[in-house]
Amino acid sequence: METAVRTHAMLCGGTGCMASGTMKVKAAMEDEFKKKGIQDEAKVVLSGCNGFCAKGPVMAVYPDETFYQDITPADVPGLVEEHFLKGRPYQKLTFKEHEKKVAIPSIHDIPFFKHQVLVVLKNKGLIDPERIEDYIMMDGYKALSKALTLMKSEEIVKVVSDSGLRGRGGAGFPTGKKWELGLKIRADKKFVVCNGDEGDPGAFMDRSVMEADPHAVIEGMIICGVATESHKGYIYVRAEYPLAVKRLQIAIDQCYEAGLLGKNILSTGFDFDLEIYQGAGAFVCGEATALMRSVEGKRGMPRPKLWRSAVKGLWDKPTVLNNVETLANIPQIVLNGAGWYRSLGTEKSAGTKVFALTGAINNVGLVEVPMDTSLRKIIFDIGGGMINKRRKFKAVQLGGPSGGCIPEAYLDIPVTYEEIQKSGAIVGSGGMVVMDTSTCMVSTAKFFLDFTADESCGKCAPCRIGTKLMHDLLIDICEGRGREGDIEILEEMSDTIITASLCGLGQSAPNPVLSTIRHFRHEYESHIKDKWCTAGVCRDLCTFYIEEKICKGCGACMRACPSKAIEGEKKKPHKILQDACLHCRTCVDTCKFDAIKILPLSARTAGEADLQFLAGMMTEATAGIEKAEV
Amino acid sequence: MTRLTIAELQTIRDKNRATFTLRKGECKARVTVHMGTCGIAAGARSVMTSLMNEIALSGREDIIVKTSGCGGLCAREPITVIELPDQPPVIYGDLNEEKIKEIFREHVIRGNPAGEYALALGSETIF
Ligand SMILES: Cc1cc2nc3c(=O)[nH]c(=O)nc-3n(C[C@H](O)[C@H](O)[C@H](O)COP(=O)(O)O)c2cc1C
Ligand code: SF4
Ligand code: SF4
Ligand code: FES
Repeated sequence: METAVRTHAMLCGGTGCMASGTMKVKAAMEDEFKKKGIQDEAKVVLSGCNGFCAKGPVMAVYPDETFYQDITPADVPGLVEEHFLKGRPYQKLTFKEHEKKVAIPSIHDIPFFKHQVLVVLKNKGLIDPERIEDYIMMDGYKALSKALTLMKSEEIVKVVSDSGLRGRGGAGFPTGKKWELGLKIRADKKFVVCNGDEGDPGAFMDRSVMEADPHAVIEGMIICGVATESHKGYIYVRAEYPLAVKRLQIAIDQCYEAGLLGKNILSTGFDFDLEIYQGAGAFVCGEATALMRSVEGKRGMPRPKLWRSAVKGLWDKPTVLNNVETLANIPQIVLNGAGWYRSLGTEKSAGTKVFALTGAINNVGLVEVPMDTSLRKIIFDIGGGMINKRRKFKAVQLGGPSGGCIPEAYLDIPVTYEEIQKSGAIVGSGGMVVMDTSTCMVSTAKFFLDFTADESCGKCAPCRIGTKLMHDLLIDICEGRGREGDIEILEEMSDTIITASLCGLGQSAPNPVLSTIRHFRHEYESHIKDKWCTAGVCRDLCTFYIEEKICKGCGACMRACPSKAIEGEKKKPHKILQDACLHCRTCVDTCKFDAIKILPLSARTAGEADLQFLAGMMTEATAGIEKAEV
Repeated sequence: MTRLTIAELQTIRDKNRATFTLRKGECKARVTVHMGTCGIAAGARSVMTSLMNEIALSGREDIIVKTSGCGGLCAREPITVIELPDQPPVIYGDLNEEKIKEIFREHVIRGNPAGEYALALGSETIF
């Protein structure tokens, strides 16, 4: 007789939490369970990423549904005593709402989780990704059973078309259309390929799905095989994702053993083979044609799209290529129907989207929401708003190096493909970086151009040379060598690169520049004409200055300054020695009274009276803005 | 694992029902054992072990077992609360290994509150 277990501690075994010490916590908990004599009734289970990685290691305890964060081995004795023995939430480790400091023990009450709608991530934190039984328990492989026995290929394609699902890899191409073409075309061999390259800097949606629920991706791929009458699949994952590769391989091996892959799947006569192909981690290898060359063992370079991949793809055979998240949606669409999926999101952007939310907000992590959710809700309700209360929201970057920055005026738009595109960004693969007023938009554009110039494969001159030239020009602007007309040159170059590049990398590379020019043109102008980076990020274009009237003489900035460039007596106005100042911005962030102003470069040589006047004007101006906003 | 058929997939789901119940919180009965210092001193540990054995013996996979701290009735510990859907919770006191078995069989399995051991009806606040 097996002993009954009364509680499962689902400890996060995702990449983030593992790095913050999951395994040590696990060992400590198992030890403590033994000490308390509850090792038979309480179990520690390693789950996949919970999405709240910044607070890792995190854990959800069932059946109590209590969420714990920032767990260290030293906390374990108290935690086990309180929660596992006495059944009380261990307050020290529960989530606390910012500022209010009220403990919120239940995972369903924590704002970060409460506002999410889980489809792709429905099993996250609820299953052990290395146990196929856990996946099956959550209705896993039910959709495949249905597809194999009750549906014709055309019917599967139809339900996917009707669901309105669009590719989650960036372009948003209707998945059903792709599959329809894949089914129609006749060939001796066809392929199904899953794109798990995920090259956008900062993005980790696909990694988390592959780590937390590998079988969902595999089931989606087999169903795609059934729908398009294809019998061979590849999962392309970058080698920099070792845990994803490991979990996928375990899952694939389990499937072969259980007869869910290989010959005669589930004794229905359908055959499907699947293997992992590890990429070396180049951004361009995420592009469809480059990815397929890479799988063929060639150098991953894009080629002209004379045919769709669904007609001529891998080894010139018809190939359906889909993103990880796209495929992970499939089992549930097949199981619950197109109408159910359409009930989420909007007419043209159906379903949910997973975002990797990061930046200057309180709660960073993985977030899944219906596509009609507004940016404001994601950033302020789920993300918990700005982490630094003295700063304001400035922009949100969507779509990474192919996307753009969206300013405050657009915060109420939903995250649909159409609306985000209209705002100058793209939904992309789901990277979402929130920026506050301490961010310089020209520098932000420069960061992305640095990335694309580096990642361009070099095949087309406009992309190879153009991104480099744009990057150089942005460096010039940020270092004070900007000239009148530079904005127009940037716009012209963007135009050429967009029209003359072969692949999506080049075609979208100028977007970060164009969107920041569109919404923050004044910032480019002030860099170029006034030699003034108002955010104080570009060191050569700012002067830090303490406004005497506001300074309380608390000395905080003096202690924080790494260059000892601030002097002053207690309770008397302090002063920055301009010659010694490194323009590192440390003092601005330290001063609780906003006494330190960021003035233009020219202020370094201005007279004291002028400076006080200028600083006073700035204080008034910000006060004016704040009043207007209230 | 041997090669599966569609029917066997369902068998796996049924076999893992207990785990599913526990994580999804969809249960037919909830049993809460008081494990405060007073409860443990009075023998709650062996009540819990005995209860877990009974559950394993019964083969039931739709029961959730929780623990809670002291409910303020230290003199009557070990105390256990049993809740079935659409019925008021029943609080049992002065338990031991044997009594909990009997109560479990009567109340959880057969659905009849074991009146002779009941202290009270009604819910109690745990936190
Ligand atoms: C430079 C570049 C990088 C890309 N990187 C990825 C990627 O990492 N993952 C991905 O799924 N799609 C990526 N794509 C999009 C793919 O070309 C392709 O559209 C997508 O994988 C198709 O799947 P979907 O329709 O399910 O989105 C990239 C495209 C370009 C141009
Ligand atoms: S656009 Fe850039 S990345 Fe794409 S093929 Fe041309 S050079 Fe290579
Ligand atoms: S931290 Fe602010 S208030 Fe304090 S001494 Fe520096 S400038 Fe003045
Ligand atoms: S890795 Fe643990 S929450 Fe993401």
